[in-house]
Amino acid sequence: MATTNAPPAGTKPPAGTKNAGRPPARARVRTGQSRRRRNAITAWLFALPFVLIFGVFMLGPLLSSFLMSFTDFTSRDIENPFAVGFVGLEQYAALFRNPQFLHSVLNTAYFVVVGIPLTTILALALAVALNNGISRFRTAFRVGFYTPVVTSIVAVAVVWRFILQPDGLLNVILGWVGIAGPDWLNSTTWSMPALIMMAVWRNLGTLMIIFLAGLQAVPGDILEAAEVDGANAWQRFMKITLPMLRPTLLLGTVLLSVGFLQFFEEPFVMTKGGPLDSTLSVSYFTYNQFGFGKYGLASAASYVLFVAIALLSLLQFRALRSKD
Amino acid sequence: MTIPDTSPLDAAAPAATTPGTEAAAVVRGTAPAGTNTTGGSPQGSNARRRSGRRAPARRTLTYAVLVVGVSATLLPFVWMFLGAFKTQGELLRRPITWWPEQPTLENFSSWFNELQIGTFFLNSVVVAVFTVLGNLLFCSMVGYALAKMDFPGKRFLFLLVMVMLMVPGVVTFVPLFVMVSKLGLVSTYPALILPFLAAPMGVFLMRQFIMGIPDSLIEAARIDGAGELRTFLRIVMPLCGPPLATLGILTFLGSWNNFLWPLVVAQSEEMYTLPVALSLYSTGQNATDYGLLLAGSVLIITPIILLFVALQRYFIQGVAATGIK
Repeated sequence: MATTNAPPAGTKPPAGTKNAGRPPARARVRTGQSRRRRNAITAWLFALPFVLIFGVFMLGPLLSSFLMSFTDFTSRDIENPFAVGFVGLEQYAALFRNPQFLHSVLNTAYFVVVGIPLTTILALALAVALNNGISRFRTAFRVGFYTPVVTSIVAVAVVWRFILQPDGLLNVILGWVGIAGPDWLNSTTWSMPALIMMAVWRNLGTLMIIFLAGLQAVPGDILEAAEVDGANAWQRFMKITLPMLRPTLLLGTVLLSVGFLQFFEEPFVMTKGGPLDSTLSVSYFTYNQFGFGKYGLASAASYVLFVAIALLSLLQFRALRSKD
Repeated sequence: MTIPDTSPLDAAAPAATTPGTEAAAVVRGTAPAGTNTTGGSPQGSNARRRSGRRAPARRTLTYAVLVVGVSATLLPFVWMFLGAFKTQGELLRRPITWWPEQPTLENFSSWFNELQIGTFFLNSVVVAVFTVLGNLLFCSMVGYALAKMDFPGKRFLFLLVMVMLMVPGVVTFVPLFVMVSKLGLVSTYPALILPFLAAPMGVFLMRQFIMGIPDSLIEAARIDGAGELRTFLRIVMPLCGPPLATLGILTFLGSWNNFLWPLVVAQSEEMYTLPVALSLYSTGQNATDYGLLLAGSVLIITPIILLFVALQRYFIQGVAATGIK
């Protein structure tokens, strides 16, 4: 901040600014400040529409949800929200005593832990295939793999429900290779694998595009040099491409995990969380508690999910920073 | 929490201005097949020449993997489109049939005649259009302030935006619903639109791009006497075509496919958006009318697929740049 009237000792005044004819320093500083203030007001005016919407519809609800998770707020309290009782950590305690919630946590973890590696490996294989030696139909392949990403989950879930019938398309195809497929969506064992299969199908394209961008940044001359030195394709991939791709891999998988943690539409449309809660996710549990009018409990459950997602995102930032 | 110096979006800004970045490479790669614009990147053409010359077997294998993969990916869509023209009897018959034996439009006509799909369609379009317009305007305004102006609270504002990026919808919808119902806005357009008018992701995208616009350009406009508003409208916005296109497309996609909030807040049938209508019909009394449900899926998906095929390079650029769906 330029608050001193005289230039600091040891520095010459800039050329062209002789003391003679110069306005008093104090006045100059004041105009500087008022201009700064005017600029600040302009800047905040530019930010105003966003800040208003953001504050009212995101930040406000985020904080209210946090406060709500310490109360016994129910749908009946909508009339008079300020009269609800503060219950401290009781909602969180109730959450971790609730077998259905614990079940939903395990289901969500199952979904993430199985779904993410599967998607990652398949997407990497496809990205490498697209990056190497394919010049024709490249765009067509890219569009093809990406199509499920742009479509509404609800719409494709309807189709998958049809495909996953006991005598549906998937089991017919499995029958060609001699496998008797299960009644996917009515089996507690197979309902989750079925939803994972669908999620992998749907998210492959996103990850593939991210990996493709990473692959195209691997310098060709290093690969060339390794090839001259006698490294085969597999060695080049394992020793050069994969290490250089690590930040991209990490970014892609973390972004996907954040999405997977919010798993809701698939079980909502396909299984209603069943059979026997085998596909009930944390988001779905929250939605159900909201439906029962238990807003306090729903908020606590959503905050548990939020903390998990925030931790993952921080991991992502950390990973990106260590890239430099 | 600290803000990382690099972000996936840093690639977004130079993508439109300087070729040779990751995102730019992806964008070039998405040019129509046959124009072979990727020939510009040396490693790409080398790799291709290498494998083409020395390993025809590997090349065949690569194509085989891709063809099988893409067929498996697209099969559900083919199945959906074919099924939408089958009669309920044919859909339930076993063994399954591939091609509709007696193609019928009845599944579609019941959406139009009995289920007022026009209303749902209109709702989806209105919500998407206003959401897109709001985001384009508000996100670029705040993006400009964050990128090119100095003001107290700037770092804090940016930090907040970054934090809100990772807030899942499920965290805010309960209090949001309480607020909307207190205001008497349940089942209205404002309730469907307002919460999505200013997405943190859009702010991030616009800020990253506008930071790449040379300061000298903006200084010159200011010296010529242009106010901030004029500088913004005449200098900054015209340069922002690429990120605005990306943001517009991603916002439209997000709005068109958005589900949880419309499901919660659109409580009367005339305010349903397309996904809400489909999900409620598919889990209600029409749950086993597969023909109807498949036709509904076709009706929701077709506009977005047509848009995607027409603008696919921008969609893919958006994903490569932001790393989000």
